[in-house]
Amino acid sequence: MTGIKVKVLSGRTLRQGVGKEAGKNSERYRTSVSICEMNSEDITSLSIKAGENVKVTSAHGSVVLKSVSSNQLTKPGMIFIPYGLYANQLFNETTGGSGMPTFKGEPAVVESAIEEPVKTLEELITEI
Amino acid sequence: MEIFQDVVCPVCGCLCDDIEVSVENNKIVKARNACAMGTTKFLNYNNDRIPSPMIKNNGVQKPVSLEECIEKTAEILVKAKYPLIYGLSLSSVESVKVAIELTEEVGGVLDNQTSVCHGPGVQGIHDIGESTGSLGEIRHRADLIIAWGANLQEAHPRHMERYSYTSKGRYRNGKEDRNLIVIDVRETLTAKAADKFIQIEQGKDFEFINALRTALRLEQIQKDKVAGVPVEEIEKLAEVLRSCEFGVIFFGQGVTQVNGKGRNIDGLFSLTRDLNSWTKFLIMPARGHFNVAGVNQVATWQTGFPYAIDLSRGYPWYNPGETTIIDIIRRGESDATLVVGSDPIAHFPPAISKRMITTPLISIDPAHSMTTMVSDVVIPSSFAGIEYEGLAYRMDGLCLPLKKLVKEPDNTMSDEKVLKMILAKVRELKKVN
Repeated sequence: MTGIKVKVLSGRTLRQGVGKEAGKNSERYRTSVSICEMNSEDITSLSIKAGENVKVTSAHGSVVLKSVSSNQLTKPGMIFIPYGLYANQLFNETTGGSGMPTFKGEPAVVESAIEEPVKTLEELITEI
Repeated sequence: MEIFQDVVCPVCGCLCDDIEVSVENNKIVKARNACAMGTTKFLNYNNDRIPSPMIKNNGVQKPVSLEECIEKTAEILVKAKYPLIYGLSLSSVESVKVAIELTEEVGGVLDNQTSVCHGPGVQGIHDIGESTGSLGEIRHRADLIIAWGANLQEAHPRHMERYSYTSKGRYRNGKEDRNLIVIDVRETLTAKAADKFIQIEQGKDFEFINALRTALRLEQIQKDKVAGVPVEEIEKLAEVLRSCEFGVIFFGQGVTQVNGKGRNIDGLFSLTRDLNSWTKFLIMPARGHFNVAGVNQVATWQTGFPYAIDLSRGYPWYNPGETTIIDIIRRGESDATLVVGSDPIAHFPPAISKRMITTPLISIDPAHSMTTMVSDVVIPSSFAGIEYEGLAYRMDGLCLPLKKLVKEPDNTMSDEKVLKMILAKVRELKKVN
């Protein structure tokens, strides 16, 4: 299966903000952070439907997420994952002397992963 | 039913102070005026509490007494050569003061969420200086609002209504008297609500800022496009900035967490400085946690530095990139971590989390988090602004009082009290040794 090259952005969403206040163990939190917002053209080019799973792989890690079509991503080539343990699987630990890892703009490849499940937060923590 | 008026919301850096909270039988039943995040916190904060102090034994967290947890924490900190104390953005100012005293006593490093949110913004203040004001001043006077890499609508849902675009001030009657320009890589909800959205290429903020500064000086840009934006559009933007009466740039993590980091912010602060040759212009970071700015304030009074303060030498030392938590853990230098009201395991790159849990990890937190799940010692605390009062700093540096609305559970206390108990125990152990 061939994937598409993208840049990964992570950031706050209102759903993630509400989810964290509902509790880190809540379903609301888990479902708010385990998604991959994509441009609709990118979803089509992967031959999947929005809502099906995708696997995102960067030089630093890999994570399976539920795809979501986003009208905030008006151009192909960028994906958005809300802040959290899922997004962070893809980011580098270095800060370039700034103290701050690069949480936006990480190059990655997205591919269809319809058969692969999205891991639970507990599973991700166990892997740490 | 008891009704509390003018409650300060303990969620984001807006610190909205007009919340009306209804309490029935020590339970919050209603939070009027709060946004979705605020309402969810007021109504759900109690749903996922840490039931008891816990210490990990053979890999399993087991309930113990609070005194055992305090003793274990003090032992770990006294034994450690270079401990980290991290978090506090969800604690009161009073708690931060004790945390600094504790860090000094154990010879460690105090860092907070600033490191991974607006650290580069703080560095920009050192490098260039900050032309700033209060959110009230902006509400009354600003006719041009710029949101740069800041999705205010989702991260600070009431920001525009209370302080910026749609707020009604003394001299500006809401959005008809103001212009909102969003500069971002995504067409965010804020961009969709704006008068003008300028979409720039990802990672090209620095180039765009400098092109804008060039246009502002009425110099020629030697390209057709910069960061994907045609030069004519940049020149038009410069004219809009020059000709406003009172402008403000709110910047978010869209510029602090991308390549360029501190240099992007140096550019934005310089741009604001340049603009003050033409008109009145302010700049302000849109801070996330409700007291993340408070940690910077208190740390600055007490040590001279806003975050990432190394107190291991007997005097404060500050060098972001060296004394910031991610870098210290990456180099494998720290030998214990005390986390206060934060969830670094959910928000740090996994390679850092992996290293963090190879040394003793202590969490003080009211509720479960990814970090409490893997901690060696877990101390339950109460919620600032709900179960205990104190002070917090809004994103513009205004200090506001947090209220106590309900009684805290019997086995919990404020971060300040927990930290004081740890500090007393540390001093006792140091005397014995």
